Amino acid sequence: MSVFPGAFSELEPFAGWSLRTEAERYAKRLSSTMDELQAFYDAAFGRLESMLDYLDQLDLKQLPEDATRLLWLSYSLVNASFPVEVWRQPRVPDSGAASMVVVVEPAV
Amino acid sequence: MAHFEKPAEGSWTEHYPELGTGPVSYEDSISPEHYELERRAIFARSWLNVGRVEQLTRAGSYFTREISAVGTSVIVVRGTDGEVRAFHNICRHRGNKLVWNDYPREETSGVCRQFTCKYHGWRYDLSGACTFVQQESEFFDLDKADYGLASVQCEVWEGFIWVNVDPDNTVPVAEYLGDLGAGIVGYPFDRMTQVYKYRALVGSNWKLFIDAFAEFYHAPVLHAKQATAEESRKLQSHGYEALAYKIDGPHGMVSSWGGMSPPRDLEMVKPIERVLRSGLFGPWDRPDIDGLDPLPPGLNPSGSSAWGIDSFVFFPNFMLLVWATGWYLTYHYWPTSYNTHIFEGTLYFVPPRNATERLRQEMAAVTFKEYSLQDGNTLEATQMMLETRAVTNFPLNDQEILLRQLHKTARECVASYQQDPKTPYTPGRVAVAR
Repeated sequence: MSVFPGAFSELEPFAGWSLRTEAERYAKRLSSTMDELQAFYDAAFGRLESMLDYLDQLDLKQLPEDATRLLWLSYSLVNASFPVEVWRQPRVPDSGAASMVVVVEPAV
Repeated sequence: MAHFEKPAEGSWTEHYPELGTGPVSYEDSISPEHYELERRAIFARSWLNVGRVEQLTRAGSYFTREISAVGTSVIVVRGTDGEVRAFHNICRHRGNKLVWNDYPREETSGVCRQFTCKYHGWRYDLSGACTFVQQESEFFDLDKADYGLASVQCEVWEGFIWVNVDPDNTVPVAEYLGDLGAGIVGYPFDRMTQVYKYRALVGSNWKLFIDAFAEFYHAPVLHAKQATAEESRKLQSHGYEALAYKIDGPHGMVSSWGGMSPPRDLEMVKPIERVLRSGLFGPWDRPDIDGLDPLPPGLNPSGSSAWGIDSFVFFPNFMLLVWATGWYLTYHYWPTSYNTHIFEGTLYFVPPRNATERLRQEMAAVTFKEYSLQDGNTLEATQMMLETRAVTNFPLNDQEILLRQLHKTARECVASYQQDPKTPYTPGRVAVAR
């Protein structure tokens, strides 16, 4: 079975970004190089609108597994867009050792 | 460069003459002794917001809150009668903490039919009454009716749950929140149940983080690297001016413009914001629910068409931010020592109907976190240098009026307590040196 819905099979090399929680997505961003972030962004950003067109046709509360993984990937794209579009570094500038953890987040 | 009108006195600060305009001492943020006084004078005598009713979905739903500033743990629970009650989290038998999981110092939540102490099995029903004593006949003249949980004053206002550990308090929450609270009654908080909650340990006095979020003077500078280069330059050259400020009793609010939701020019924002139609100011499109038009009278008090957000500072440690685009945000600052506190930022949205709405909310939440990381880190730098006392008085400008108000109120609470610990603090009744 494929990771993502068929129309998005070219994103499979980035399946590692399909992560359920914010903590996992944020950790992956911080442990990635700018080259890795750029590669993910370049592959996924152009497909963002088609991802949403596809997902919007489905019931958010009853997504099939492959669609759920695609949705999680889109969350990671949001997370990775900040370094790529503006900061040029994985971590927000001037934040040193500051940390902030998610204690409640949506189930899906 | 004035873009927005100020009161007839010429400034917001002078509109409230009791605030003064001179430099302000930050000794109240760096003194362990002062913090000990604040615990007793402020936190042990004020209404504190501990959450929302949506956290207690049914009878038996409960959560605990560790409130270091008042030195207690509180259980908040919905009873079989639907009422929300609060109790000190202590077993009446020998003082064991009643509700906790694995780690005694951590907060917990869940659903139960009754509370059972892990130590000797004493039980309490959801209204706090003691219902079972292990080997009751071994005790001497013990009447279970005398051993209910120690209750804490608890009230619900617009779905927000408040506790006050002062048993002598006589002021209801609605009265405590004054005109600023009254002005937002009726806002559809109950429809915004999609929640993101963040927590951070911050190396600064609790008031310093309120300072950071009660003024936007810092925003174009500290967060410059968050925007596109050209937009960032523009924001800095404009500076920041609020639409309006209001002060009522110990509380205050600032009303702000919201040029980014949506921006006048799409080139002002990042590519992903353009695609998603969302960013720091939240999703650009208002959810389709009742209660957002017209808004309660206390929101957008200047009636500006440029309105973006109102930030309320409810003394001592609760902030409520209502966005023009139909969502809200709360900040809690829980002191743990004179120079540390726990910060909680919680975002509330109308539940998304589809993936696009869901992703727009994700965008707002992630943006919030990244800005807050910058804010939190800067506070530690401020705390560190304030503690040197190399400089002791600091000028505050008109856009920092709420900081002046916060520190003045906190100082007056302490002074009032020192003069007469029995009488509750009333704003304006106590004169304190600035």
